Amino acid sequence: MNRGPILFIGAFLALASSWFGLVLRPQIEVGQLQQTNTVGSAETYPVARPGLANQGLQVYRANGCVHCHSQCVRQSGVTFDVVLANLGTNQAEVVAVIEKLRPDFNVVYARKLVEGKVRDVLHGVTKAEADAAQKALEAGGARAQIQLVALGPDIARGWGNRRSVAADYLFDYPVQLGSQRIGPDLANIGLRPRTDDWHLLHFYDPRTVVEGSTMPPHRYLFEKRKVADVPSPDALKLPAQFALPSGWEIVPKPEAMALVAYLNSLKADAPLFEAPAPLPSATTQPSAVVNATSTSNTNPPAK
Amino acid sequence: MSAASAPAQPVFNAGTRASAGETPAEIDASAPATAGLLLLFVCAAGWIALGSALSLIASIKFHSASFLADLPWLTYGRVHPASLNAILYGFAVPAGSGVALWLSCRLGRTKLAWPGLVVLASLFWNLGVAIGLVAILAGDGTGLEWLEMPRYASPILFTAYALLGVSGLATFHRKQERELFPSQWFIVAAAFWFPWIYSTANLLLVFTPVRGVAQAAVNWWYVNNLATIWLGFIGLATIFYLLPKITARPLHSRYLAMFSFWTLALFGSWIGVPSGAPLPAWMPAVSTACAVLTAIPVLAVAVNCRKTMAGNYSKLKTDVALRFIIFGAVAWVVAGLATAAQALPAVSTVVQFTWFTAAQTQLALIGFFAMTMFGAIYHIVPRLVPSASLCRKMIRLHFWCATFGTVFLVIPLAAAGIREGLALGNADITFMQAVKLTLPFLRFSTFGELLITIGNVTLVLNLVGLAASCCRAWLAPKLAAARAEQPSRLEVAT
Repeated sequence: MNRGPILFIGAFLALASSWFGLVLRPQIEVGQLQQTNTVGSAETYPVARPGLANQGLQVYRANGCVHCHSQCVRQSGVTFDVVLANLGTNQAEVVAVIEKLRPDFNVVYARKLVEGKVRDVLHGVTKAEADAAQKALEAGGARAQIQLVALGPDIARGWGNRRSVAADYLFDYPVQLGSQRIGPDLANIGLRPRTDDWHLLHFYDPRTVVEGSTMPPHRYLFEKRKVADVPSPDALKLPAQFALPSGWEIVPKPEAMALVAYLNSLKADAPLFEAPAPLPSATTQPSAVVNATSTSNTNPPAK
Repeated sequence: MSAASAPAQPVFNAGTRASAGETPAEIDASAPATAGLLLLFVCAAGWIALGSALSLIASIKFHSASFLADLPWLTYGRVHPASLNAILYGFAVPAGSGVALWLSCRLGRTKLAWPGLVVLASLFWNLGVAIGLVAILAGDGTGLEWLEMPRYASPILFTAYALLGVSGLATFHRKQERELFPSQWFIVAAAFWFPWIYSTANLLLVFTPVRGVAQAAVNWWYVNNLATIWLGFIGLATIFYLLPKITARPLHSRYLAMFSFWTLALFGSWIGVPSGAPLPAWMPAVSTACAVLTAIPVLAVAVNCRKTMAGNYSKLKTDVALRFIIFGAVAWVVAGLATAAQALPAVSTVVQFTWFTAAQTQLALIGFFAMTMFGAIYHIVPRLVPSASLCRKMIRLHFWCATFGTVFLVIPLAAAGIREGLALGNADITFMQAVKLTLPFLRFSTFGELLITIGNVTLVLNLVGLAASCCRAWLAPKLAAARAEQPSRLEVAT
């Protein structure tokens, strides 16, 4: 291999192949994505972030939040639950079907089932098993639903109800998926029960709200000032042990407010064709619709 | 330099060489070339010292979150990318380019072409790095991994690289030695690789950004090609030249080197898309397959280096540069195998998003590339400036600091990553508990950062001392002449 041109052309082709595969193909496959309808509703997804949230994205970028927080929920697989929507009139027949489906079937369970206290028939089965069970139950006169459950530690931690997909990042620049989780994943921080005050306190000094947090305080996003005639309505409500001497208040700068708006806008939970997710409310619509499992035991579907 | 009067490559064709071309001493003695390369090396050393100091600051924040927290310029999210950029663009690319230029001269038996361009490029490059780092610390970074430098810094870097590239290509064109040594394949390929990936990534991510998650795809492609291919090629070129050179043994197999080159170029450039990425599933799948296949060139290089050394390790006692080179080669093999292992889905689900990734980056960047470049600099600089000498004690100190620093940095981080990953895989363990598990490991890594910083400072002092004595030696006769002409005025001035 002593010819410069052969060397050059060979290296060119090697790089061109990966350029074609990892730069050009993504443009063709996901670079032209458009808004789409969510599964089971007419809402379009994704929706562009409001202006303040977009400013917050720039605060997030400028302060390098991405170096500690990913925005990418992983999913290791899915399982299916089979849930009775309606026992039907031929209860004996349905109970007999369920007895065949469940190895741990017993009298107590059967009684609860008939009384409507229990609705789940099968838990964590494959799609084929769920389909077969649904068919058997419906042959017995009952109505059953198949519910999809996303699996994986990220989902179990409550970081999302489905994996992240390309559509979740459509309108963002820069897209900051992150490569390390020194702090928790934020792909769905807007869905978690956090108030604006909680976020602001957390920016000001994370240890006021999360004990032992390793996140550095971002006090430079706030202004410490003397209380004017009237205290600012935005002033932080610091816990007693962190309280300031009277006459002083901590007021968030616009950057802090924008960052809160951005975090509140991080919600990637819409069920999509490529990423089906449990729907929040149960329906008795055709069994292809997937429902939330968490509500199934306590809230039997409306008839 | 006794070995140098033997052919520049004592390697596969020792003795068959005609006496065409310049002798090594003539190549090194050309003053503008010396100035250009020294400038590249001294500035690179300065940046890596700064980069490791910033990295130390970032690391201390894990033990005391309030440390320097009220200065927005030094918040973790800015210090961390600034340190990475200082090491990558401040140190790795210019030091690598300088070493590549010197190797091109030696292997082509010719003088550096257009050395003035190298001086100019070096000044330009360092200006660009300075602007970029200030921008990152001021909160003007782009937020894209390894491309944090904003749009007013990256074109400067690109122009400077183009100038270096022109000089490099002209040097390659002028070569007197028809046969190409393996190091030259790596250098030629790397020389073209960088402008392609850097311009593509900047155009598609910074200047006219593509839509949505396609940005992430381009970013992964860029990061991987810079890390695996550019740094890998330049580092391997150096290892393949200096290992045989210092030990005065031929490179074991030219064909094995060729095999490593082509397989690495083909498979290595496809790595980067992590499994579970929100992209069409074939992309992470191909990336994973290629990452695993990269183990092949890695093992081929390991075999080649080992057979070249062939148990002949006595030179390690006398030549400190060789120690750096061997450390770098071992680190490259370990990092390459870790990349292959990490791509396997079973491993990736555990270590993705943990400190393991950081450990791998540090091993490739500091353990492999920086160590190899240190070795090369310690080998090259005394040859560039035969009149002055580097302090050998400081070189030894640097070696031990860098070695222990890298070990203390990488092993605890990798262990922390595995521990954290296993904990995060179990949703019963809260996130805060998993974070607390990593803290003891991070203390070790901070100590590692400290050692690395000390080592880098000795490099800077050593090189600056040499450059200063070099300047003094160059100025002294002129001063003496001037003093003889105008004694009175100069006496007042001094």
